[in-house]
Amino acid sequence: MINPDAKLAANIFDKPDMAPTRDGFGKGSVEAGESDDRVVVLTADLAESTRADSFQKTFPERFIQVGVAEQNLATVGAGMANYGKIPFITSYATFSPGRNWEQIRTTIAINNVPVKVCGMHAGLLTGPDGATHQALEDIALMRVLPHFLVISPCDAEEGRKATVAAAKTGTPVYLRFARDKTPVMTTPETPFTIGKAIVMWKSEKPKVAIFATGPLLHNALLTARELEGQGINTTVTNVHTIKPLDEETIVALARDAGAAVSVEEHQINGGLGGAIAELLAKKCPTPMEFVGVQDQFGQSGEPKELLEHYGLGVSHIVDAVKKALARK
Amino acid sequence: MELTDAEVRALESHANDIRKTIIEMLAAAKSGHTSGPLGMADIFAALYFHVLKHDPKNPDWPERDRLMLSNGHITPVRYAAMAHAGYFPVEECLTLRKFGSRLQGHPERERLPGLETTSGPLGSGLSQAAGYAYAARMDGKTFRVFCAMSDGEQEEGNTWEAAMFAAKYRLTNLTGIMDRNNIQIDGNTEDVMPLEPMGDKYRAFNWHVIEIDGHNIPQFIAACDESKSIREKPTLILAHTTPGKGIPQIENDYRWHGAPPGKGPTDKIPADKQRDVFLEELKKAV
Repeated sequence: MINPDAKLAANIFDKPDMAPTRDGFGKGSVEAGESDDRVVVLTADLAESTRADSFQKTFPERFIQVGVAEQNLATVGAGMANYGKIPFITSYATFSPGRNWEQIRTTIAINNVPVKVCGMHAGLLTGPDGATHQALEDIALMRVLPHFLVISPCDAEEGRKATVAAAKTGTPVYLRFARDKTPVMTTPETPFTIGKAIVMWKSEKPKVAIFATGPLLHNALLTARELEGQGINTTVTNVHTIKPLDEETIVALARDAGAAVSVEEHQINGGLGGAIAELLAKKCPTPMEFVGVQDQFGQSGEPKELLEHYGLGVSHIVDAVKKALARK
Repeated sequence: MELTDAEVRALESHANDIRKTIIEMLAAAKSGHTSGPLGMADIFAALYFHVLKHDPKNPDWPERDRLMLSNGHITPVRYAAMAHAGYFPVEECLTLRKFGSRLQGHPERERLPGLETTSGPLGSGLSQAAGYAYAARMDGKTFRVFCAMSDGEQEEGNTWEAAMFAAKYRLTNLTGIMDRNNIQIDGNTEDVMPLEPMGDKYRAFNWHVIEIDGHNIPQFIAACDESKSIREKPTLILAHTTPGKGIPQIENDYRWHGAPPGKGPTDKIPADKQRDVFLEELKKAV
């Protein structure tokens, strides 16, 4: 059943509210800007689709347009943070941190300045734009960088909270957002602390622990509900912070269930599943299955059909849970 | 204000001291770049002993001028200039590139106070300096941001993204200083990737360009003064320099770009004599 402590939306399974996670960035950046005048937002010719335009309208004097120049986006942001500003730099994740990764590494990560890299249009939810615009590697790219925190919000409300929280860390942060509308699962009352995973579904004596990140969390919850009907109890945990991982929570859940499944809209190499597998191999070796994109690129299509085609649908997560269970 | 002859001679003497330290530190490190640091010694002497508003005993002084070094591989000239200016003991220069040293092979902001930023990968300094200048202007700060860069790194696209940005936002508080020494690792710049007409390129990007002889200290100081008076545009000081300046045997020889004394070409000076011969040459210059 839904964990009441997570204070999730009442309509989570029945016509949930729909909004893209990037809308959360738009709202959150304005809130962050209201509470701290050091916050600035930069974009590389994508103000509207990154939702940086919300900040632009509210704080035009703190909005900086750098043109189609992602290397400049990162390094101008680094210079501003080095001075003392808190820059959120916005583009599509394939371009930033895709194209400008070295600039991010040298001028933000090694410099250790608090730039917030906001990668929009991450995952297959980018849809018709096709493989070039569907970032499936960004978590891997960013979680190997020292000093960086990596956050992947599950819905627009969590995206808002993550943005507000990122402004306050004093560190570099990577925030991952998606283009398409997805169910709003969390509420303003749902707790959010960077580095603290949220158990969203908790059945008695769970046999498999499901760990999900991003909007696919909704499919993970649908899976848990379906499996409960079949007598297979699970937990579903929202791992919104991929770095640092909430080691204590994840190890405890995996130990308790004895099997684990990771669910993410990312390549299976180097993402959430990889991070959890590294942790469990060290602290609690556990049979584990990985739901993610299987080392291939996406293509044009509607988000829903892409998720099904690439093995990220509810039926695929159900299969993965059963496989993990059989390996116990 | 015009410098007196004595002031000019004092700055030239600082430049010579910096060159000697560069040779000693590179020889001790047994790795690093020789040509670029020697070529920029006059400009760094002028910066640290005349142009920059700074306090070696308080490197984080908020009102200091900022000097970003974009081509991090010439950092020995910066370390030597900082040491002679009083940031740290000159002897510490001999730890260059060694384990545990604050003087990393390429400069790291968090290791040594006063470095302003981390660099090495080329082409990213000008945009950081531009972002810094933009942020400082938002807060009405009056210090200047200088960015020293190489000619070779003008081959990087990021540099031109920065050039457009600085011009668009009329960053009059930003001064770029280009070490136009015509060499890079693989050869002469015009063979590797032609850069001319360099000054016209920046003029076309709406910068104010001042061309100088990078070894003429009064010219450099006058250019810095002029850049403060320019309205509506960032300034580029295009400094024509001689790589390896001060040691005739290696001047203008691109093979010395990335070699330290003791490991450079041996057709003129045997490896084991390079350090001492170089120091002798620099002694003659005084």
